Amino acid sequence: MATAPAEFPPPVDPDQEFVQSPTDPEDERIEVGVVIVGGGPGGLACAIRLTQLLAEDESLMESLGEVPVALVEKGKSPGSHLLSGAMMRPSAMEKLFPDLPPEDWPTYGTVDTDRVYLLPNRKRAIPLRPTPPPFRNHGNHVTSVAQLGRWLAQQAEDAGVYILGETAATRLLVEDGTVVGVRSGDKGRGRDGQELSNFEPGSDLIAKATVLAEGTQGHLTGAAIRHFGIGSEDPQQWELGVKEVWEVTRPLDRVIHTMGWPLHFGAKYREFGGSFIYPMGEDKVSMGLVVGLDYRDARFSVHDALQQLKGHPLVAKIIEGGKRVGWGAKTIPSGGYWAMPERLWVPGLCLVGDGAGMVNIPQLKGVHYAMHAGMFAAEAIVERLKNGGTAHDLSSYERRVRGSEIETEIHRSRNMRQPFAKGFLVGGALANAMEISGGRFPGGRWGTHDDATVDVFVGKERDYPKPDGKATFDKLSSVFATGNATRDDAPNHIRLQQKVPLEIALMWQNMCPAQVYEVPDEELEAASSGGGGEDGRPGRRNLDGKREVQLNVTPSNCVQCGAITAKGGRLTPPEGGDGPNYQQT
Amino acid sequence: MKICVLVKEVPDAAVEKRLDQGTKRLDRTGEKNLNPFDTHAIEAAMQIREGGAVDIDEIVAVTMGPESAFRALHKAVSLGADRSVHLTDETLAGSDVCATGYALARVLESESPDLVLLGQQSDDGECYTIGAVVADHLKMPSLTQVIKIDVEEGALKCERQAEYGYDTVQVQLPAVISVGDAINEPRYPSLKAIMGAKKKQLDTKSASDVDIEAGRVGEDGSRTAVLAVNPPPQKEAGEIIEDEDTGETVDKIVSWLDERKLLA
Amino acid sequence: MSAILTYALHYQGEFNKNSLGAVSEGAKLAKELGGEAAAVVVGDGEDLTDELCASLGKYGAGKVYRAKAPEGLAQPVVDVMAKVIQDEGYKYALFGGGLLGFEIGAGLTARLNAGVTMEVTEVAAQDGKLVAKRPILQDSAVVDVDYVSEPGIIIGRLNAFDLAEAGDDQAEVVDVEVQLEEHSTKASMVQRGEQRGADVNIEDADLLVAGGRGLGKAEGFELCEQLAEALGGAVAATRAVVDAGWYPYAAQIGQTGKTVAPKLYLAAGISGAIQHKVGMQASENIVAINKDPNAPIFEFSDLGVVGDLNKILPKLTEAVKAKRGG
Repeated sequence: MATAPAEFPPPVDPDQEFVQSPTDPEDERIEVGVVIVGGGPGGLACAIRLTQLLAEDESLMESLGEVPVALVEKGKSPGSHLLSGAMMRPSAMEKLFPDLPPEDWPTYGTVDTDRVYLLPNRKRAIPLRPTPPPFRNHGNHVTSVAQLGRWLAQQAEDAGVYILGETAATRLLVEDGTVVGVRSGDKGRGRDGQELSNFEPGSDLIAKATVLAEGTQGHLTGAAIRHFGIGSEDPQQWELGVKEVWEVTRPLDRVIHTMGWPLHFGAKYREFGGSFIYPMGEDKVSMGLVVGLDYRDARFSVHDALQQLKGHPLVAKIIEGGKRVGWGAKTIPSGGYWAMPERLWVPGLCLVGDGAGMVNIPQLKGVHYAMHAGMFAAEAIVERLKNGGTAHDLSSYERRVRGSEIETEIHRSRNMRQPFAKGFLVGGALANAMEISGGRFPGGRWGTHDDATVDVFVGKERDYPKPDGKATFDKLSSVFATGNATRDDAPNHIRLQQKVPLEIALMWQNMCPAQVYEVPDEELEAASSGGGGEDGRPGRRNLDGKREVQLNVTPSNCVQCGAITAKGGRLTPPEGGDGPNYQQT
Repeated sequence: MKICVLVKEVPDAAVEKRLDQGTKRLDRTGEKNLNPFDTHAIEAAMQIREGGAVDIDEIVAVTMGPESAFRALHKAVSLGADRSVHLTDETLAGSDVCATGYALARVLESESPDLVLLGQQSDDGECYTIGAVVADHLKMPSLTQVIKIDVEEGALKCERQAEYGYDTVQVQLPAVISVGDAINEPRYPSLKAIMGAKKKQLDTKSASDVDIEAGRVGEDGSRTAVLAVNPPPQKEAGEIIEDEDTGETVDKIVSWLDERKLLA
Repeated sequence: MSAILTYALHYQGEFNKNSLGAVSEGAKLAKELGGEAAAVVVGDGEDLTDELCASLGKYGAGKVYRAKAPEGLAQPVVDVMAKVIQDEGYKYALFGGGLLGFEIGAGLTARLNAGVTMEVTEVAAQDGKLVAKRPILQDSAVVDVDYVSEPGIIIGRLNAFDLAEAGDDQAEVVDVEVQLEEHSTKASMVQRGEQRGADVNIEDADLLVAGGRGLGKAEGFELCEQLAEALGGAVAATRAVVDAGWYPYAAQIGQTGKTVAPKLYLAAGISGAIQHKVGMQASENIVAINKDPNAPIFEFSDLGVVGDLNKILPKLTEAVKAKRGG
């Protein structure tokens, strides 16, 4: 009888804990016009669009007070927590900056050649021709969202937006059923939550309208959906992407996607995903592996599978002689259309981007949807606030989103991800059928499932390469490469049951790309039987997966990818400024 | 009393630091931040003000740097400085320690501070002593690596760890004090302070505004020049001993240590 | 030709080791330049005898300039050295590292409008001039620095210059009278050289024995303490064990702890993850003991021992004690 992480729910009640009414005395509250949570493409596009619209309406601008638009970002600065492939569709940039020629965009331009390979094993690569439609990226721009975020933030600041970096939004402020703002996180707490000498409490940020653009696993987005009961019947699902940026000796001239190895094909493993390799200009390459978090084998590690992948001749050739200059990890919502919230707004609030599941996983697209949604939110808000109005009814935001390509495209792919629960080959065939039929066949509603309800088992040890520090890397060096220097005595921001069966603990240990969770050696030894290994270490052959172990958690390693939230825990935002400081991901 | 805090914008710790091979100067195109050591200096200024032993008229953040350095000033102001001064001029680019110390002294002179505080080192220059250079120009007493400051009448009692232990030194004002990171735990700025920083007075000065002689700054005015940038010396591969006979292993370790005069 | 003037710090009748190294280096370089090397000593105590000053001749100083001024502070020395350099025409001022060396060198930079290089690890004579080499960007590169004008100021990294006795010659002791600048009299020593109890600051220790998770339990640190005592060093710890409460935070080395560069760093039960490595990679000699032959620390240790630290450490402690003579 296998166990699933969902049987060990984390000690947290998002509605109780993260939604409240303002608590600061009135004269200490900070009033702004519109507050946007999240300095990603969605939030920044919203901010910029707001300034564009406000520039045309002076009296509205004035009515929003000293700080018409404020954006809070929990990373050091916008970009620090941004990570994606990415091949961005140009439509959003075109709409937001109609007078800016694409050559001046902070992207690496378009790439004419696409290749998709099926890797049946560690040596071979079978090209799939013609390139299956979801993987055609003609006209799309290779983009580092971390760089895009930095650039957009610059534009936003120049236009007068107050960008508040190192600021986490930890509570949603609601009064009489209306969202009235957010509360920023405390700073200067110790490991047990005690106030240190430099403790600084958070503040209530009161706004006429709030936009949550928190990205994957949006903290307040999740709380809002629960509080207002606007979630879908179908739970959200996630993929975990681990990527690296490499300086290469030979320019890459094509966009590459792969499927298959090193993921296991068999249905019992449920390993869905693939890799991407994108050229970043002449001298760099962005590559990553994206895998659904509904996999079952507790031994599976996306980070290590990526290291394995680099050994395949197809990839090894590309990075030969090169140097790794970046690493990062982040989850992507993959529940698609059915998992998006039933409603994207409540009085005073719009939900934008990945946080609201606006991602088209089969096509790996989401950056431009987030930006479009951000712009729609700006337009809807301005419409309502004009002439002394309120943001009570933001249904026009929803109408705009539902009437746009966001809706049509995500709807088209609505059933393409779910079949892969049946294994790669069956899933592949079904997905192809849907692709060819434009989503119509097979139709119906293929339900999604909560990743944490998938039961796990401890499979055979995987053939992961020993890190050599040149082509392959261990997790700790990788975390170091993100610039993560979170203070050691920070409170633990991860809600998790720490006493769980070994198979769950091992699953978390291998899942986490940042080595946050570890089964202590003594516990592993105690749960092993069947003779020692050659080097005198406990035999890993016979592990008692059901035995309860006490898990070690090192929260300061965390790069806030969100995988733990998908698989039985709950990530909450740590102190503002903590975590990675992505530059080129 | 007026305190000037010297701050610097440096590349963020996460950015891979590299030298531009052409100019042989630090590549500063990536993300930048307020030098972490300077936050301790600002905190020290704030603690002097809040300590009440002496009346502080104002705390002024001063920086010399390219256009983008105004962000470091905003951060300094959000941490408590009342206003800031930005010395920025193309002619200053490429200044070495000598030229930089001279330029900073000139801009500080224009403010006539009673106390200059700064972090004892910056993440990029790794020179640890700009305070001492500035102090000589300003003809003020100076101490570096200070980890404790007590305010007395017209003077500061400072502690620092020197070659032979902890020294306690009394320094008459006006003075230049460089502080170490052990001196205090910098506060976090409140959101209100961060948002208000943009509005505080920021004066931009050019080199000529503060009487900087052109010939003494910039790459041409510097007294040192970088000839070459080389990779670090290759470390020889280490020796590995597999312990079988512990007695033997230990003997080998002891000889190894002895050879290197580590058992003196 | 007066080539090199080196500052020699003294305290209670003894010269600082780094200063002696600098004097040796100064003598060596002066020879290469075909000039004279001298030293300068500043103090106001009875311990600055002719004999003591002349003994710098052993390390190659031809002359020793002695000036009476407050000890332990940099600015009076700036006044003294500026005068000597200007009067005698020395081309380079050399310092052996350490706090005062840095402060004096920096003050001289301003006073003489001179170029300065700090954290110098090597100096070479090239075409009748000196080129200073120093590491930058956390030791990831080394730059060669040229002095565009005279004099040039060279401030060494701690322990960069080796002591070298150049013979038995006694140096000529010359007393100099210096009028101190007003600002140089504004700092006064209240207490010098206070030892603060048993807490040796690990950043100052020459020898460190560091313990990591491989120790197995908090009590494992007893083994480290015993070895450290035998070696005459101090004990440090990794973040993992500090987090686990096995040792205090003041001893933590690494990305979020202290950075050290001792003469000997002996790592017991430490894997060598990069977060730890960055705090100690500049150590002169790195010895690692770990039972895992694949531990990353073996990639950058000078001497790696694959074995059980519980067996090795106690025996090593005994052997070190014996070697050092109890």
